Amino acid sequence: MFKITRALAGAAFSATLLAVSAASADVTDRTIVIATEGSFPPSNMTRPNGELYGFEIDLVNEIAERQGLKVEMISQAWDGMIQGLIDGKYDAIVDGVSITEARKEVVDFTHNYTTGGSTFVVMNASGIDLPMDGEVAQLDDPESIGPAVDAVVEVLAGKTVGVQQATIQSAFLEKYLEDRDVTVRTYPNGPDVYQDLSVGRIDAGIASVTNVPAFLEKNADTASATGPIFIGGVMGAGSGLAVQKGDAELQAALNAGLESMVADGTLAELSKKWFGLVVTPQQY
Amino acid sequence: MTSELYLLGFGPEGWGPVLARAGLMTLAVSLSAFLLGTVLGTLTVWGRVSGNPVTRRIAETYVVVLRGIPDLLVIFLFYFGGRQVVSLVGTALGFEGPFDISGFVAGMLAIGLISGAGQSEVLRGAYQAVPKGTLEAGRVVGMSRWQLFRRVTAPQAMVTAIPGMGNQWQSVIKESALVSVTGLVETMRQVSIAAGTTQEHFLFYTAAAVIYLIITTLSDQVFRMLERRSMAGYAGGSH
Amino acid sequence: MDTVYLLDLFKKLLGGLPLTLNLAVFALLGGFAIALLLNLLRTTRIGNAVAGTYIFFFRGTPLLVQLFMIYFGLAQFEFVRSSFLWPLLREPYWCGLIALMLNDAAYTAEILRGGLRAVPRGAQEAARVSGMSRLQILRRVTLPIAVRQALPAYSNEIISMLKSTALVSMISLMDVTGIAREAVAETWRAVEIFLCAGLIYLVLSLIITRATSWAERALSPWQFGARQ
Repeated sequence: MFKITRALAGAAFSATLLAVSAASADVTDRTIVIATEGSFPPSNMTRPNGELYGFEIDLVNEIAERQGLKVEMISQAWDGMIQGLIDGKYDAIVDGVSITEARKEVVDFTHNYTTGGSTFVVMNASGIDLPMDGEVAQLDDPESIGPAVDAVVEVLAGKTVGVQQATIQSAFLEKYLEDRDVTVRTYPNGPDVYQDLSVGRIDAGIASVTNVPAFLEKNADTASATGPIFIGGVMGAGSGLAVQKGDAELQAALNAGLESMVADGTLAELSKKWFGLVVTPQQY
Repeated sequence: MTSELYLLGFGPEGWGPVLARAGLMTLAVSLSAFLLGTVLGTLTVWGRVSGNPVTRRIAETYVVVLRGIPDLLVIFLFYFGGRQVVSLVGTALGFEGPFDISGFVAGMLAIGLISGAGQSEVLRGAYQAVPKGTLEAGRVVGMSRWQLFRRVTAPQAMVTAIPGMGNQWQSVIKESALVSVTGLVETMRQVSIAAGTTQEHFLFYTAAAVIYLIITTLSDQVFRMLERRSMAGYAGGSH
Repeated sequence: MDTVYLLDLFKKLLGGLPLTLNLAVFALLGGFAIALLLNLLRTTRIGNAVAGTYIFFFRGTPLLVQLFMIYFGLAQFEFVRSSFLWPLLREPYWCGLIALMLNDAAYTAEILRGGLRAVPRGAQEAARVSGMSRLQILRRVTLPIAVRQALPAYSNEIISMLKSTALVSMISLMDVTGIAREAVAETWRAVEIFLCAGLIYLVLSLIITRATSWAERALSPWQFGARQ
């Protein structure tokens, strides 16, 4: 088996090379295929006729218009999404993908189009109320972060917290809540965290401040965000579009589009339209 | 829930059309996978009975491995590693890349591979049930090996194999529900999208169950008909 | 490919083995009990219809659909969440086990029915004549013969149930497959990880095959000095 895996790894390497050479055609001449999940409100959703809509679809269309790109959006289950990008099945993905070090090893990211920062969400009926509501807890500041985490853990003791696998939030829980009296349940798919939170299978969820508002809007009377907003450190730099490793041209085109949208405030407007507040960067 | 039934309809808010299309996709991917499985299954039986120890080893290993690993893992492996394997084989055969396999092909290959192992067991049983006398008779009248297979072995084995193959077909349909990871929009993926978007989980998963029941029930009828037809000419068969 | 990494990986994946085995064993036990019940139901007309519908539904739809109906579907209803069932249905473990069990029951019921049909009338009559009660006949004559007849088919069902437990990784359970999926999401070494996980299931199913073929031999009539 060692031999087989070595051969496969070699094949993977050559496949990557091939994909890179295929992607080097001029970025405005080809159709850029971008994958999204299509079931992660309000970032990306699907109408019954199959049409995709949501914050990220508006975002991509706006970038495409500004940069003169021909873009086709397709829907793809999250499970195989990054692998599909590595394999060159499409040119980019947009699905609230957090920019993490592990992912940077296999794909390249654009600028972040939402700011990092995560918060806990609970159902009001649970009676859980975390301290430091809405205050910013900077993970890069070791002086203040210790007490902040301690205060949170104290309330969450004996509870179950849900989080999506391999995200900045799961890295956060692993780093700060490991060996504390909090049960962490990890989910392959992000929307399932909200689903299980709303029916009471988990006591709290932790998620990006970008997708929490949509859940709170839908469950205005029954759910709330609580506790501090964690930024910096493992929370990294928010979400970006991911492109194939080495596809610098597409990366540059997307970045230029994002820059101009930040500069003239369009990105902030889109954010207000879909999230109800500005969760996008004010400047790069 | 009854008030939400319009979501399954064919109106502007209804998911009816896409669900119907997804149902057809389930059928299409299952059919291609099943046929691939039949080819692989036949090859496997041949490998096992041909008397060559190497092919027998390969065939047996294939069956044992595919029957011992969860379908979900096979599909994951195929999706995540499939491209690497295809590239490897392609490059070895001297083709130029890049190589790409669509969700449909990946799903078909994975399920076909799983089904091939199952079908080979059915086909082997059927092959062994072919009366040896008929083979000898064929040989005596001077048939070649291919003629023997096509005119004597295959027709007789098929009759015995039909009920078992019917079960294998049913398994393929159910396994196809797992290929949504490959990005193929078949029934399961489509209802997941619909359930996620509308938050009507029970409604849409029930709709999925109904779609699968329709497919499995109808194909059960087809296999029964085939069974009756194939029995014609045998003792007790109507003609 | 470094050996250290693979060893670590195996250790990590084996952490999910207790859950995988737990689900497989209890699903099979529960499924067998329900299957017996379904076959007892078959003796009355209404019961026959109920059992038939049950088997039709669970054999005609994918296990994944059944699992999602129970896990996501039922949880959607307020009356389910406020019922006595919620403490069970709240837990992914129980949802997974219930789905596996109900599914297994449908297949096992059909296998058992085949076995029961193969029980010679004469054996049951002889037992009745010698004064056994109905329960005694079931326990001492009918079931042992039926189970022996059904064993080859049932050994396939055991392996298929073991493999089916992998689906619980879809509802956040950390069985062998669940751990493998998380490891892939974190490291992208999909081929090695899924191959290692596959190997674990493969070894288990080989053990089951060995054990059941031993049981088949041990339970064969000629082992007891009966004439063939």
